[in-house]
Amino acid sequence: MLSLLKSKLNEFFELVAKETLVYLPVDNSSGQASYQKWKEGVVYSSALNTVRSAKDFFFPQMENLMDFKMQGKSVEVVDTRVEKEDFVIFGVRACDVASFSILDKVFLADPVDTYYQNRRDHAVIISMACSKPESTCFCPLYGIDATKPEGDLSAWETEDRIFFKANTQKGEVLLNNASRLLEESEGQIVEVQRETTKKILEELPFAHLDLSKFKGENLMELFNSPKWAELSQSCLGCGTCTFVCPTCQCFDIKDFDTGHGVKRFRCWDSCMYSEFTKMAAANPRLTQLERFRQRFMHKLVYFPDNNEGTYGCVGCGRCLIKCPVSMNIVKVIKQLGEE
Amino acid sequence: MSMNGANEFRPNIVAFCCNWCSYAGADLAGTNRLEYPAEVKIVRVPCSCRVNPLFVLRAFQRGADGVIICGCHPGDCHYTSGNYFARRRMTLLFSMLDYLGVEKARTRVEWVSAAEGAKFASVMKDFVQTVAKLGENRRLEDIRCKRQ
Amino acid sequence: MQETMIERAKALMESKSVVRVVGWRIGEFGYDVTPSVFTTVDDLNGNFVYNDFCGSNLSKYLVRLSCEEGKVLVFLKPCDTYSFTQLLKEHRIHRDNVYAIGIPCNGKIDIEKVRQAGGEGITAIRSEGSTVIARTLYGEKKFDRKEVLSERCLNCKSKKHVTYDELLGEEGEVLDSHRFDMVEKLEAMSSNERFEFWRNELSRCIRCNACRNVCPACTCEKCIFDNDNSGVSNKAAADSFEENMFHIIRAFHVAGRCTDCGECSRVCPEHIPLHLLNRKFIKDINELYGEYQAGSDMETVSPLTSYTIEDDDPSIVNRRGGGHDA
Repeated sequence: MLSLLKSKLNEFFELVAKETLVYLPVDNSSGQASYQKWKEGVVYSSALNTVRSAKDFFFPQMENLMDFKMQGKSVEVVDTRVEKEDFVIFGVRACDVASFSILDKVFLADPVDTYYQNRRDHAVIISMACSKPESTCFCPLYGIDATKPEGDLSAWETEDRIFFKANTQKGEVLLNNASRLLEESEGQIVEVQRETTKKILEELPFAHLDLSKFKGENLMELFNSPKWAELSQSCLGCGTCTFVCPTCQCFDIKDFDTGHGVKRFRCWDSCMYSEFTKMAAANPRLTQLERFRQRFMHKLVYFPDNNEGTYGCVGCGRCLIKCPVSMNIVKVIKQLGEE
Repeated sequence: MSMNGANEFRPNIVAFCCNWCSYAGADLAGTNRLEYPAEVKIVRVPCSCRVNPLFVLRAFQRGADGVIICGCHPGDCHYTSGNYFARRRMTLLFSMLDYLGVEKARTRVEWVSAAEGAKFASVMKDFVQTVAKLGENRRLEDIRCKRQ
Repeated sequence: MQETMIERAKALMESKSVVRVVGWRIGEFGYDVTPSVFTTVDDLNGNFVYNDFCGSNLSKYLVRLSCEEGKVLVFLKPCDTYSFTQLLKEHRIHRDNVYAIGIPCNGKIDIEKVRQAGGEGITAIRSEGSTVIARTLYGEKKFDRKEVLSERCLNCKSKKHVTYDELLGEEGEVLDSHRFDMVEKLEAMSSNERFEFWRNELSRCIRCNACRNVCPACTCEKCIFDNDNSGVSNKAAADSFEENMFHIIRAFHVAGRCTDCGECSRVCPEHIPLHLLNRKFIKDINELYGEYQAGSDMETVSPLTSYTIEDDDPSIVNRRGGGHDA
């Protein structure tokens, strides 16, 4: 297996950054990790995961779609898209990589979202296997193997080396370009790490929740369950869960008057908001109970029903950590999945 | 912002003037042919108290480099106490803007009565000069609203 | 204390004095408690908890709950009672429908601090005296309670309960906290440094609105940022201006009504020190218009809805504060 000495990691980034932009998780001033552009002096974070997920790269929080310029009675539509250059995302965990295929199902289905597709085509994903999962992680529940993440290039971090394995053409090309820094090494140590980590993953408190009830045929029963009242009671309707979630994909399109033209942009929206999908008459879900229920029914029932059983959740655990009132998908699964 | 031939920076100033005192004062400056800079754009409000902190921020967003609020002298407010509330409100707002790093000199409150045409003109001249020295507003600018 | 609280709640419920109890529900790991409404004695017995992780301010839920039929019992920590009183003053809570019990508090733990101090993979956690013991996937870990206490609890301003129908435990005192220290430090920086500091912090804001939604002072039925007619509605910040605008305006809208409960900073997923904005307003009000603590009583008029003839002109801003323009 090809490997890189960790002491040469910065050289690796420097080399790759000569050809393309490189993004990696870096500790920010609040002590948490976020994806930042590589430049001299930046240090790869040792955190398990970033606060914001990697979906930001393909589906940014704010994206200008087009501009309108008015001249008298004529309106000119200006395409403001900048052809993205290739970029490399380093250190993406298995859960976030799995979220990309879920987002693909939404954005790359007909009609194709060309903004998303453009970014997706330009990305090279270097994923990083986990060795120390958190108790809030539950990716095994969805069949995601945290010790063998997908992506163009998979990577494993040991005490003093990073091991690589190419999965696609893009990955091969990148490894070739960096070949002078890489060495052929004995891959046994990676297998040992994987076995140890798999044991921990088995022991995770939420790795074996019962999802059998969440099927299309139980839709009405789940929808009408009286348990939603209690579950949604303390929900603040803030939207934190939807923004840190790697698979949430709802957005709003708005126009902004700059004073000398109009910018049409799209930004993340949250089903938790009272203004979500506001129509001419009103928002269709008037109470927090209905909004709360919508989010989880979508992730656990509607989405898998329309997508051959793939759940709209990857078990990254961010909603468990970040919800101000500690309400999350695990509590919903446990409450509604029982009986 | 506009540049004249000598490449001198001319700031955009928004002046919120209360209808009863300061707007009348501005009018007096006009009838007395007292010059004050053309960069000052006056927005007439019924009372200085009408000025919402959002107005100040929006002015900066839409290209203002300085914002000044003019009202009646304390004690002479047409609505009795409007300017007293404005005084507290604007003090706190300006203090907060300073706390966030926005230059203090970009904001000001002045009391100008209907008879003080000369004062209005000199206040505006002084404010424009002060803001011109600071240059373009960068810290509270909205890049989308900038004209290319 | 937890047992006393459950017993009292049960007694009030059984005697039909209250119809529902708002408190905290146990989670999976001990720290993930959820504010919750209990309507049966069984529910109280099985799920009610009061521990070192019950940081939520329950007073905001009363805005909705006090409108429902039947009395609601609420447990309020000292800082929560200030928010409760402020909401009463603003006529947002029906006092007759609420039975408030004041409960003691010696600080709440911030689980993020525990994680950052090496608490990875926590499956259970509890306090024992001055130590916090966590059971984790990687073995047992111990922490010094003082090291993992919430930021806001380090400058606790008062152990005194301002409003209550009943008190459990001893009455506390107003404390001499040093809660304006960081504000003073920022004021002493140059304006360039302050700008850098706030840009660094506010650029992380994801507009999740957790701060606004948890704040007991933010109780507008329709926030201007959600109202298309206001002209400033937005769901995400398009640039640095909108990032600044949301926070300046939110801090301004709660100025003079913010009780400094610290919930905004606790819930921020990006750990932005929002309380520093609110404390700046409180400090300014204290220095310019007289010491004022929102929610400390029902009579004192709020500083932004009152004035004196001797108030300073806004030009005082040019003469105050430490830092120089640089």
